[in-house]
Amino acid sequence: MATQHSRSAARIMMAPAVILLLGWMLVPLTMTVIFSFKKYLPLRGGDLGWVGFDNYVRFVSSSTFWPSVQATLVIVGGVLAITVVFGVLLALLLDQPMWGQGVVRILVIAPFFVMPTVSALVWKNIFMDPVNGLFAHLWKFFGAEPISWLSEASMPSIILIVSWQWLPFATLILLTAMQSLDSEQLEAAEMDGASPLARFGYIVLPHLGRAITVVVLIQTIFLLSIFAEIFVTTQGAFGTRTLTYLIFQRVLESQNIGLGSAGGVYAIILANIVAAFLMRIVGKNLDT
Amino acid sequence: MARSVTPQRKAINTIAAWAVGLVIFFPILWTILTSFKTEAQAINDPPLFLFFDWTLENYAVVQERSNYMRFLWNSIIIAGGSTVLGIIIAVPAAWSMAFVPSKRTKDILLWMLSTKMLPAVGVLYPIYLIFIRMGLLDSRAGLVIVLMLINLPIIVWMLYTYFKEIPGEILEAARMDGASLKEEILYVLTPMAIPGIASTLLLNIILAWNEAFWTLNLTAAQAAPLTAFIASYSSPEGLFYAKLSAASTMAIAPILILGWFSQKQLVRGLTFGAVK
Repeated sequence: MATQHSRSAARIMMAPAVILLLGWMLVPLTMTVIFSFKKYLPLRGGDLGWVGFDNYVRFVSSSTFWPSVQATLVIVGGVLAITVVFGVLLALLLDQPMWGQGVVRILVIAPFFVMPTVSALVWKNIFMDPVNGLFAHLWKFFGAEPISWLSEASMPSIILIVSWQWLPFATLILLTAMQSLDSEQLEAAEMDGASPLARFGYIVLPHLGRAITVVVLIQTIFLLSIFAEIFVTTQGAFGTRTLTYLIFQRVLESQNIGLGSAGGVYAIILANIVAAFLMRIVGKNLDT
Repeated sequence: MARSVTPQRKAINTIAAWAVGLVIFFPILWTILTSFKTEAQAINDPPLFLFFDWTLENYAVVQERSNYMRFLWNSIIIAGGSTVLGIIIAVPAAWSMAFVPSKRTKDILLWMLSTKMLPAVGVLYPIYLIFIRMGLLDSRAGLVIVLMLINLPIIVWMLYTYFKEIPGEILEAARMDGASLKEEILYVLTPMAIPGIASTLLLNIILAWNEAFWTLNLTAAQAAPLTAFIASYSSPEGLFYAKLSAASTMAIAPILILGWFSQKQLVRGLTFGAVK
């Protein structure tokens, strides 16, 4: 159907988007790679020349690197586990016949629309403050000593805040997937005497497999780069300095651009490994 | 899955689901309630749920002290501007990929998506440097450009999946009936494309509104949107829960309302068509 004429028109129509994204990707990326091979301290002498792989070695061998990788993995892993498990349970519950389903769905989805700085600050102050927070009131009510959440239990606190933000996303996607399940299949299994657990394990869960994979991959990409939640709560203290936050500190706080850029290249490689898996799934589903 | 169940079962479902829903929604509800309390009531022990002297004072104070309207205006310009600009650039691209697909269309789509995966922090300094050189630091124009670029892949993808659903036969029929290209676009395609464009607009305004890496790192006093406005409450002085709540409520209310309208598009837009 497409003629030579319409093909070249199509190319022209695509050009602005392609050129812009190409520039957006290549220009900063090239600069980051160049900086990563330099000793570059804007506030202390500027560009001090090439240093080879020095920054890469120093970034990895600094005492802050492994703890930051660990913090990143704990947060990503913790949030994924919570959102997927509770997301499946919530989707199962919301898929049942009930009164006011639409309203409940709205209540469950709402946290996703709250900007990260708001949710982090509200949780930090109104819930987790050791003196005036709601949790402190609750603890005192039961005669327990209030906990200073963000310093004594910093990781679980951050994981809780981020999970609250992402649970709606997981739930919504899993619920959408659940609704495409053929109910006759479930009814047939029920008539054949399959227990609810068996029906879940053999029919529902396999059906959700792909949706769960998509949830895990998309969330991983976003979770690897969470920033505001840490910026307004702990500022990277108490063991919550993630790889993203460490690079941010190297670049903007200590203005060590070379070192920060080397870290940036590591982060880009890490994100690309995850992205490669996601692309395979998305690509399979794409029939052009 | 519409199954018939006993009324008892339905009642149990209802109670369980509402309980869970309210627990998840509680932080938002509590923030909204706290915004109507006085500072003393906001930290009262035991916490006050509904029986307190409702006041609008906090909203007035927040507006007066921090000039909320300017941050709101910045958010509107940045979120709205970046989305509209993105759509103007993405519509022709998505259009041609949906209606004149070539062998490379799939690769281009996936490549666009891959630019979205680039971790922002990896290119923080180059962008920062470019912004300084071009005088874009702390300007709304700069943020409009950056947020347009980071959301462009999602915009192209969403539009593409919507355009894909417009049947090509209709175009051929219009052409055979003697419609010119202009008529074809104006009277046949546009009406069918508008719902998809509207959904894309909605979801991307939400994403841009809540974006909190570039908006925090590339703005100061002039161009700061609501994300930065709220972050400025992170080092409190004195009593401030009620004011923090009022500021938070004002920052999330517009998007919460938009979000509720867009929940159906959310899944499609954020999974790039992998889950429908």
